[in-house]
Amino acid sequence: MEKVIDNQGVKLHLVKTDKYKTNTIVFKMKAPIEKEYATTRALLPYVLQSGTNTYPSFTELRTYLENLYGATLSVDLQKKGEYHIISITMEVANEKFLKQSEPLLDKALTLLADVLFNPRSANDSFDEQIVAKEKRTLKQRIQAVNDDKMRYANLRLIQEMCKDEPYAIPVNGILEDVDKITAQSLYSYYQDSLSSDELDLYIVGDFTEEEVIQSCQAKFQLKSRTPKKIEQTNISKRVKENVIIEKQDVAQGKLNMGLRTDTRYGEDDYFALQVFNGLFGGFPHSKLFINVREKASLAYYAASRLESHKGLMLVMTGIETKNYEKAVTIIKEQLQAMKNGDFTEADIEQTKAVIQNQMLETLDTSRGLVEVLYHNVISGTNVSEEVWKEKIANVTKENIIQVGEKIQLDTIYFLSGLEA
Amino acid sequence: MERLLFDQLDEELYYEKMTNGLDVYILPKKGFNKTFATFTTKYGSIDNYFVPLGQKDLKLVPDGIAHFLEHKMFEKEDGDVFGQFSKQGASANAFTSFTRTAYLFSSTTNVKENLETLINFVQEPYFTEKTVEKEKGIIGQEIQMYNDNPDWRLYFGAIENMYHNHPVKIDIAGTIDSIAKITKDLLYECYHTFYHPSNMLLFVVGPVNPQEMMNFIKDNQAKKPFTDQPEIERKFAEEPTTVAKKEQVLHMNVQTPKIMVGIKGNYTNQKGDTMLKNELSTQLLMDLLFNQSSENYREMYDAGLIDDSFSYDYTQEESFSFALVGGDTREPEQLQEKLTSILKQAKSAKNLSEEALERVKKNRIGSFLRALNSPEYIANQFTRYAFNEMDLFKVVPMLEEITFSDVKKVANDLIADDRLTVCKVLPKNS
Repeated sequence: MEKVIDNQGVKLHLVKTDKYKTNTIVFKMKAPIEKEYATTRALLPYVLQSGTNTYPSFTELRTYLENLYGATLSVDLQKKGEYHIISITMEVANEKFLKQSEPLLDKALTLLADVLFNPRSANDSFDEQIVAKEKRTLKQRIQAVNDDKMRYANLRLIQEMCKDEPYAIPVNGILEDVDKITAQSLYSYYQDSLSSDELDLYIVGDFTEEEVIQSCQAKFQLKSRTPKKIEQTNISKRVKENVIIEKQDVAQGKLNMGLRTDTRYGEDDYFALQVFNGLFGGFPHSKLFINVREKASLAYYAASRLESHKGLMLVMTGIETKNYEKAVTIIKEQLQAMKNGDFTEADIEQTKAVIQNQMLETLDTSRGLVEVLYHNVISGTNVSEEVWKEKIANVTKENIIQVGEKIQLDTIYFLSGLEA
Repeated sequence: MERLLFDQLDEELYYEKMTNGLDVYILPKKGFNKTFATFTTKYGSIDNYFVPLGQKDLKLVPDGIAHFLEHKMFEKEDGDVFGQFSKQGASANAFTSFTRTAYLFSSTTNVKENLETLINFVQEPYFTEKTVEKEKGIIGQEIQMYNDNPDWRLYFGAIENMYHNHPVKIDIAGTIDSIAKITKDLLYECYHTFYHPSNMLLFVVGPVNPQEMMNFIKDNQAKKPFTDQPEIERKFAEEPTTVAKKEQVLHMNVQTPKIMVGIKGNYTNQKGDTMLKNELSTQLLMDLLFNQSSENYREMYDAGLIDDSFSYDYTQEESFSFALVGGDTREPEQLQEKLTSILKQAKSAKNLSEEALERVKKNRIGSFLRALNSPEYIANQFTRYAFNEMDLFKVVPMLEEITFSDVKKVANDLIADDRLTVCKVLPKNS
């Protein structure tokens, strides 16, 4: 369903479908995360969306978007493994559903090109005032994590667990580094990124392929490049898990546990790992949900998820501080039960069914579809929907036990209330 | 079965009322993998004072019971329903709002089996003292999770300020103390009062054959011995039009202050097109005043009063309505002053422009089209609209109809000094 076209430095991915009332455009910039530049990179997309030389302020840009029948333009940063990824997403109504018809998709592509190649700038520098305002907002964005205890506990776990790895760098950068950025340094970082990052442009919706290809070729002209790749480093395994307990004034303690899976997206046993995670804590029929929540009544949420490109499995739950030992014991027991193969063929089938269902549902949303396709870019693989389905279906109990042998608890982080 | 066509949107909707009173809607979506269904009762956290089925007198039930009931519906004699759904490849969930409790699933296979599971589990309650007690620990942790969430506390703090008596001011999940009073008998009493098919709506959206699906639902319902039930008597205490409290400050473990300015709405008992027009006009007013293309947004952002957490919202139901605006800020006092002054100016339309209205209308139309990509949005919103006798598919024509004078009128009616309130979350040591 995906048509991929190499186009001078920007790889074009077209997915044609008539199931949406809008067309979606996602532009992705990928580079390894580096401590020195992470904060600059985290600032960049917010400055880009603040004005172009055509629409020189945020207000003017937003006014134009509203006139395009409420087209959206949003920016986002993610860590995928040790890559720091910028996404710029636009969604625009398909004019066939409107009374007046304007070529909205082409106008949106023109605007995206304007944002990327003609940002508000002069003399090799972004606009000083825009940069100053966005630095202020970035600081607030970095600090906001402190006030959201669930996110905070997750961030702290990763910081402790991956201390000496680039993965520990927070996605929004480092507070102390914000002030060092200038309108000039940001601009020069951006020019470097445009010429060396791996760039992908996804367009999903109902359009004429030829027209869109021509339009993109005219609007996105960059030099070819060989993107930087990350070398997988093997992390030495801990003999005994690392335990970090931090006390704060909270009503509910947050227990987050980090495990190393040593299995990443694109590797053969990744499919078995997905089933392992589903059985362990991925769904309401999983061991964590049943044992921590339903049987012991300790928590409202108790789940695990994979950081698929980094090789981590993360467990999270919210409990009364006094129940810390009890919860850790249950979670460890459930991990051991998984490793021992303490689950039935029926459990496996049930888990595969919900994994398949989850994937198909994700593919129903344009953004979900783009995220799934982008996994292939990050991992340098090419797993189609059909192959993926088949590989999941073929996972056996032995595969799950085998992949489980590699899973090891690394760090326990507990954000504890003050009372205990 | 009725068929309703929406040509401009390229959608069609099928409807039938079952003989037991249940409203069933089916919206086929071609090209989608997923079928999404919601089974919703017009019963939410505000329905805490009513005449239980078969009784004569009004009864006040513990705070949080509608939500507690929602949790307990999932447990059956032979295990929990989540397991049943996942065996059939579906994911299931539920939520309780001020006015509704909705049960839902989505699945890409075994759609009929899943639909049957959904209908049957909601129509076959099973509560025991033991399972009710066990749930208190789980919901207790859900309550504590929200207690640590400053945005949730801010939101409820602002609503609490507005209302003297109306139960909308009570947290949907209740408190640890209030849920301690819940028993299996109370749950059954609420269940039998509010879960009769005549108080419910089933919505199915996805790649389905509507006639086949409708027959399947009809057969299922025909097998169940529902008898007609009188209209439910709910009572809300007299509520003044003015706010109960002008200001409330919550000290929490946060680094960045937050504020929320609220306006208590003065429209009650609206429904149908009147409510639709009022709701959309008020949303357009809020867009004009606060959206990202507005002069006000630019000024506040440039002055460092707001960041990207800034948001606004308008909520209207039959017995209450309110508008909220705010977010994280380094300068809570200044932001409060600024928001209040923007609202007061809007009352006399000083800061409203007709040209901008055309733009925000276009923006709303585009957003609506985007929302129609989402089966979840369609099912949930359609149900909310239907419970208020509004039609979701009239949104675009109604938006097109709204004039500048409609928006000015809404501004003038809604905004008043004694209906404004503010809630702040401040760091503990300040």
